[in-house]
Amino acid sequence: MGLVALVVGLPFAGALIGIFAGRRAAPYLAVIPTGAALLISAWLAYAQAAAGPREATLTLVETGSVPISVSLGLDGLSALVGVLVTVVATAVQTYSIGYMRQEPRYASYAAFISLFTSAMLLVVHAADLLVLYVGWEVMGFCSYALIGHFWEDRANSRAAIKAFLVTRLGDVGFLFGIFVLGISAGSFRIGDVLAAVPAMSPGTLVAATLLLVAGVAGKSAQVPLHTWLPDAMAGPTPISALIHAATMVAAGIFIVARLYPAFVAAPPTLDLLAVLAALGMLGAALAALAADDLKRVLAYSTVSQLAYMAAGLAAGTRDGAVFHLLTHGAFKALLFLCAGAVIHAVGSNLMTDMGGLRRGLPVTFPAMTIGFAALMGLPPASGFFSKDVIIAVTEHTAGGEGAPLTIWIAWLVYGVALVTVAVTAAYSTRAWLRTFFGVRRPDLAAHEGPASMVVPIAVLAVPALLLGFAGLPFAGLRPDLPSSLLSVGASLAGAVVVWTAWRRDPESDPARVLGPLRPAAEQAFYVDRAYHALFVRPVAALARLTVRADDRVVDGAVRGSGRTAVGAGGLLRRLQAGNAQAYVTGVLAGVLIITVGVVVLR
Amino acid sequence: MHVVYPAVVAALLFSVGVYGVLARRNAILVLMSVELMLNAVNLNLVAFDVWLRDRLHGGQVLTLFVIVIAAAEVGVGLAIVLAVFRNRRTVDVDRLRDLGEPEPVGASPGEPEPVGGGPDGRAGDAA
Repeated sequence: MGLVALVVGLPFAGALIGIFAGRRAAPYLAVIPTGAALLISAWLAYAQAAAGPREATLTLVETGSVPISVSLGLDGLSALVGVLVTVVATAVQTYSIGYMRQEPRYASYAAFISLFTSAMLLVVHAADLLVLYVGWEVMGFCSYALIGHFWEDRANSRAAIKAFLVTRLGDVGFLFGIFVLGISAGSFRIGDVLAAVPAMSPGTLVAATLLLVAGVAGKSAQVPLHTWLPDAMAGPTPISALIHAATMVAAGIFIVARLYPAFVAAPPTLDLLAVLAALGMLGAALAALAADDLKRVLAYSTVSQLAYMAAGLAAGTRDGAVFHLLTHGAFKALLFLCAGAVIHAVGSNLMTDMGGLRRGLPVTFPAMTIGFAALMGLPPASGFFSKDVIIAVTEHTAGGEGAPLTIWIAWLVYGVALVTVAVTAAYSTRAWLRTFFGVRRPDLAAHEGPASMVVPIAVLAVPALLLGFAGLPFAGLRPDLPSSLLSVGASLAGAVVVWTAWRRDPESDPARVLGPLRPAAEQAFYVDRAYHALFVRPVAALARLTVRADDRVVDGAVRGSGRTAVGAGGLLRRLQAGNAQAYVTGVLAGVLIITVGVVVLR
Repeated sequence: MHVVYPAVVAALLFSVGVYGVLARRNAILVLMSVELMLNAVNLNLVAFDVWLRDRLHGGQVLTLFVIVIAAAEVGVGLAIVLAVFRNRRTVDVDRLRDLGEPEPVGASPGEPEPVGGGPDGRAGDAA
């Protein structure tokens, strides 16, 4: 168990030392602890398969009511996700050495990545809900710091604040969900909570899981709290890879998988999760089809793919969702690192400025092709297997077997999932064609970045391509022939539509296939604008009102009392005229009054 | 002799002194009036010392003290009056009111503070 503590502690120590160590030592302090954590995680995953789940408690904090046990655990789920986190974190740290080599604040940047990794590993390995919550919150803070890394630009710090506030909104629900679960189970230990689930009343379970879903929607960027994720693209590209693939957004799905028995016992929550997933899946995919910023395309695809995982969880396949979490972690990290390489070469995020890059980027092009193939779900890339598992399960659920999902919702999820496969293929093809094909800008001398950027891309391409085969030995994770034919067909159809549109006119944006939907999709269906009108503006108005009240009422009272004192002083000033005899007269009068008073009143 | 007589004389003497201090304008006359008041007190001290048959004659001893202190006081007071006269060519107490609070310049009392001025902004005017 000491090894698990080491996995969590190493990146933390790296962060702690790295922030003080200075610029030169920072790359070593960034990569070595994370790499060591990766090796230990891999060993733990291997050992766990033989030894089974374990758990150890450092100390029990007596709180007067429900005690908090500071404990770490290791089981199949946490071992797998732990490996994913450390792989992506190591790749991102290595890649950042090249990507951020001219960055003066590299040391704090790398330290925050290490802290972020450590927090995610704490979430993954925590055996107590409140310990888990600590990691959960530290992640929220680190995402704020990293998204706002280039804070000199006002838009970036605004994006950071938005990410922080939106996820925090979900976290409030999450914390209360933990309280409900912990108090009704009499313990915050995850094992005890899950053991107590059958004895809880349905009302408690539904309340607790609905509250947890709020936190999940915040962290995993599900509708309606998804708006922070596309804006989080303001951060450096490696951060996007880290947030989108392995840490922040994976945490929400991971929690649902971790507490899955509680969710299964609360069918209304699953229905809600499924509806949110269906909304987010298709909406985000359409927004991705219309976006021009390459990173925004990938961000919306993340929202869409996370919705697949949520749909898988709602439809009753925890293994399928975690499988998709792993493959998505691999190929989305790959896609973001490739996008970073492309942006590094072009100097712009907009696909309008790209085109014809396949010759200049001999490593990035095939790697990104693999990534897009995995995103589209084309065999044999990893995404095909995992996505197919989810679609097959939603189909079975719609057929009336499996999870306790309401039938029409199951059908909705199944239909939307199939449509989204086509849209996913469409936006992937569009991004691929507009980036690597077509007319190249004449002034552009695209070239690959330094080795520290190329190597992580090449390494991550391997799991992105082959990780899907890891599911073959397990009965629940094998592709289902009819549904896989259907989804590959949908995927090809989407790709072909975009390809023919592009073929007809390679200069213009294939997003025009959206037709009248395009303006709405470009604005992500006006969700941001609606939130602005519904929440931001009233809050800002309230803030202005508060400022005015503070200025007029509170400060007015202070200023008014000052003015009163000055006025009263003006009256007393009249007495102080400088005539000594007048003063003496006053003294004498006072003495007389006192004397008479004493004599008369005694 | 009954104690009432010296007591009444002392009271009258004291009243004359008070009147002089409050009403005279000349600083030297004011000082002289103060002396009158002190001597009224002295008279009281001696009279009650005799009337009470104090064995230690505390009243008389205290009277000596008062005379000594009054002499010193007059010395200092006359020196001040002399210095004032040399500076101002007047010893009229009605016109010696430099220690009084002057009227604020350009603002009547109760007016709001100008921006940037704290409550101590007025201390500057007075100085």
